Amino acid sequence: MNISYRWLQALLPGLNESPQRVADHLAMQGAPVDELVDLGGPLREVRIARVIERRQHPNADRLSLCRVDAGTGEELQVVCGAPNVRTGGVYPFIPVGGTLPGNVLIRKAKIRGYESQGMLCSARELGLGRDHEGILELHGDLPIGAAFTEAVQLDDYRLVVDVTPNRPDLLSHLGVAREIGAEAGIAPVLPAFPNQAEFPAPRLERGDAAGSASADGVSVRLEDTVLCPRYLGLVIRDVTIGPSPEWLAGRLRAIGQRPISNVVDATNYVLHELGQPLHAFDLDRLGSEVVVRKARPGEGLTTLDEAERVLGGRMLVIADAERPVALAGIMGGADTEVHPGTRNLLVECALFDPRSIRGTRRGLDLTTDASSRFERGVDATGMEQALRRVAVLIVTVAGGRVATAAADAGPGVSAPPPITLRQRRLTQVLGAEIPLADASRLLQPLGFRVEAADDQSLRVLVPGHRWQDVRAEIDLVEEVARRHGYDSFPAGLGGFRPTAVPDDPLMQLEDRLRSVMVGLGLLEARTAAFAPEAEGDVALLRPLSAAESRLRRALVPGLLHRVEFNFTRGSRHIRLFELGTAFAPGQTPPAETRRLALALTGARTPPHWSGPAESLDLWDLKGLLEEVASELGLRLEPGEPAAPWLEPAAAFRLVDGAGQVSGWGGKVRAAAIDAPPWAEPVFAAELLLESLPDRSRSSFRELPAFPASERDLSLLVPDVLDAADVIGTVTGAAGPLLEQVEPFDLYRGTGIPAGTRSLALRLRFRAGERTLTDAEVDGVVARVLKRLRESHGIERRG
Amino acid sequence: MDLRQELEALQRAAEQAIAGAGTPDALEAVRIGLLGRKEGRLTEIMRGLGKLPADERPAAGAAANRSKECITALLDARASVLAGGGAAVARVDLSMPGRRRWRGARHPVTLVVDEICAVLAGLGFTRARGPEAETDWYNFTALNTPLDHPAADMHDTFYLAPGVLPRRHTAPVQMRVTQQIQPPIRIVAPGTVYRRDPFDASHAPAFEQLEGLAVDEGIGFVDLKATLTEFARQLFGSGTRVRFRPSFFPFTEPSAEMDVSCVLCGGGGCSACKQTGWMEIMGAGMVHPAVFTNAGYDPERYTGFAFGMGAARIAMILYGFPDIRLLYENDVRLLEQLVRP
Repeated sequence: MNISYRWLQALLPGLNESPQRVADHLAMQGAPVDELVDLGGPLREVRIARVIERRQHPNADRLSLCRVDAGTGEELQVVCGAPNVRTGGVYPFIPVGGTLPGNVLIRKAKIRGYESQGMLCSARELGLGRDHEGILELHGDLPIGAAFTEAVQLDDYRLVVDVTPNRPDLLSHLGVAREIGAEAGIAPVLPAFPNQAEFPAPRLERGDAAGSASADGVSVRLEDTVLCPRYLGLVIRDVTIGPSPEWLAGRLRAIGQRPISNVVDATNYVLHELGQPLHAFDLDRLGSEVVVRKARPGEGLTTLDEAERVLGGRMLVIADAERPVALAGIMGGADTEVHPGTRNLLVECALFDPRSIRGTRRGLDLTTDASSRFERGVDATGMEQALRRVAVLIVTVAGGRVATAAADAGPGVSAPPPITLRQRRLTQVLGAEIPLADASRLLQPLGFRVEAADDQSLRVLVPGHRWQDVRAEIDLVEEVARRHGYDSFPAGLGGFRPTAVPDDPLMQLEDRLRSVMVGLGLLEARTAAFAPEAEGDVALLRPLSAAESRLRRALVPGLLHRVEFNFTRGSRHIRLFELGTAFAPGQTPPAETRRLALALTGARTPPHWSGPAESLDLWDLKGLLEEVASELGLRLEPGEPAAPWLEPAAAFRLVDGAGQVSGWGGKVRAAAIDAPPWAEPVFAAELLLESLPDRSRSSFRELPAFPASERDLSLLVPDVLDAADVIGTVTGAAGPLLEQVEPFDLYRGTGIPAGTRSLALRLRFRAGERTLTDAEVDGVVARVLKRLRESHGIERRG
Repeated sequence: MDLRQELEALQRAAEQAIAGAGTPDALEAVRIGLLGRKEGRLTEIMRGLGKLPADERPAAGAAANRSKECITALLDARASVLAGGGAAVARVDLSMPGRRRWRGARHPVTLVVDEICAVLAGLGFTRARGPEAETDWYNFTALNTPLDHPAADMHDTFYLAPGVLPRRHTAPVQMRVTQQIQPPIRIVAPGTVYRRDPFDASHAPAFEQLEGLAVDEGIGFVDLKATLTEFARQLFGSGTRVRFRPSFFPFTEPSAEMDVSCVLCGGGGCSACKQTGWMEIMGAGMVHPAVFTNAGYDPERYTGFAFGMGAARIAMILYGFPDIRLLYENDVRLLEQLVRP
């Protein structure tokens, strides 16, 4: 909401707080000022000037040559490029040596052979608007040579106020004035307009219970009094459409609005002053009947912005006897728009259901000053004031006669009952005691009517402009706290009872996994869970892009994209891990699993002068997974790849105690990643954190008291047989004396028959209560060899 | 002079003589002088051991043997130096870099989340978790945000199906926890939230938020102020100034916005704080009674406060990232920059 500081001053006589103080106060009352714009400052050098004569530039078709009176006593020659400049027109003018906003210096220049001694300015050049409609023509009796900002009341400040959705009352100067006035001790007033027209206020011609009313030959009928609870229609005849006087146009420019014509500007002015949207129809194009109803299927409307709108059946329209003439509460229609030849008006001041307006605004994607107020809620008690105010303003600036009565259709909105504010509740929520007498003193300046209900509570009547957001006791508690000032509450830390919620165990597990990963030299990545269709099963209804149209089913593909990104940045040693969520379809909402994923490529260690760094290989990945597996209580086994990005012959599965697969990893298939030619192999893994590992403490075990005996066996093992199977056979045959078996060498080549390999195992034997004899150990080894021969045909080498 | 002193003196003399021997011949002469069979000085000392009393003999013998080993080693080392011509033996250049391992690091957002949770742990808060895909009841309705309320009219909400959405904020965790557990409650819920905002310098379609909630009998707005002020001082530094401004959230009332004095300029005004001296850090407020009713709590008995903040935003402030996208590119060069012990 744009607020003019001068406008506020007009509503709050005697306000002498600086614009900055006003902005600070609004911020501390919940309506921060995003921007405080000094409108006059950059325009200090702009003067009011009159074009004495405009003629064609002899050397350029699109330029004109103007004789300009800028009040300096001498005539100036100005070359101008805008088509709308005319003899006798009054315009803002910057003489040579002056500056435009943005510190653009105006120099003496020769344009196609003729000297230009200054510049006639457009609204855009002055920072007052965006339109390119040529030089800004000024209206009314303005002193030539005077400072522009004073003459058009732009020695002003614009406050860009950030209004929260609960405070529609702040979408008006009066609403903001109430907040500032409450603090400054000034009651807002509506000032008289310059040369204000005087006439008796029109009577309200109340209609019947069904929602019909008529006055001055115009009848109003409401088909749905829920969607439109009240509609005031006032006829004004014999107006003269023309430009607004500069005081009115200046006010609108100060808040960034473009002046259009006196009547339209008047409705716009009152909207920004009081917050009540208003609309003026050309009565002669409207007919004598106004119906507020839902649009009929297939109906359309060309709105003021020249757009042809197709209306849906739930949209509320203003119609005449045959057709819609306006989108209720949003925008008028082009047909019945006020135009230069308009003589007679119907002024609408209505109340619409916020939900209905919101639905139509969304449906048409059309937000206007009117719609943004109606959908948040307009003061139902302020309608008559707004209608009177706009009638006075129209007659003041456009002449005409106001009808003696206005049609007043619809039941209106009834006032909510008073709210009780208890001392006990106030103290309980705030934690500090504000006596009810103080609360009452804080509430009243905002328009609340307060009386004592008993000695422990107040009865509070809410003013119409706060019906939207003050509905219950807690809302009054906030009002009291807000007016008291949040900074005025103490902030000493007191005691508290310990929480009944245990620290989340899955987060604790993730902490441990993060420590393991970081300790192993990996960098944590965080990626968004969005994925293209190929990588996700849960679709977003309105995705931002095709690449982000799903929620991911797994983490590794996204992580591989991050590896690719790092390749493009020239990084070759990449070690990423991520703890994140994956989504599966089939349930509502979709099922989620937390997962750990990792992706590695590059050298095993940072480069070192002592020798070339070796590339990471499958065994680095397996070792890393073994560490993670032990943290999670999982087992690693070679297995069928469960993920399409894995190379089938180089993949592992992680399996839990029950045999359930909880993860997979291995070498990434070349086709699954877009890698540059210099890249080294990429390895990746993904683990599901589905169940929390057993964290029970393990007990002390006696350390061995007797020495171990070791025996090395070199075995010729067929290639088809896994070492794990051989070790299984060894373990089974050796019995309880075998403490450990560990492969310590693998050899293929000379002396080893084709199709076999030499696998060297170190066997460690120990007994708990005595030293083993060589004979005992040799006996076990013989048994082992015999079993290997019988089961697998494995022989001891050489 | 007793035997021990005699041995020490001999060893010092030997070290000097060995180091001073410049040729193999000179070294041989030194060797004969010390260990020679006839007149070597150590040989003589060892010969004399036999005259000592029997109870002193073992200790003295051991000491003499240690001296002999030591001198022999020195002679051998010097001999090898002389034999190699001296200069050819490589001196180890200890200025060369050691053999390093890759260093891992937590993501900057994790660093901030962990830091925030650690500060809040000190203030009695434990961590809680909730699902990322939620129903609109948990995300809006239960939090006193009717779906047709202007506050729920958020173009920036993604949907998965009618009524189902990747959560717009972490506030649903409040409801998830309070439905299950009776007060006292003090929790902080970090997690990912989703907004229909394309990536730009200050927006991301998915980012991390932290939601805090404290509920018990007797918790008032002053406790909110005290707790969050203490939190801000611990996170941003003890000199941090804090201010609370009224604001609006459907699920809290009174609602507040907390600003801290600018972390960069200290409050004097700079480009990071848009010359205001303040930085907006979090939204907070007293839990709305309607939210308690939806949780099954008696709002006349229990009161509490809730607060929420963006971890990525705080990471940008604390680490000086100019652009939120840098946090989600996962460029390893950047991730390695922020290694913290």
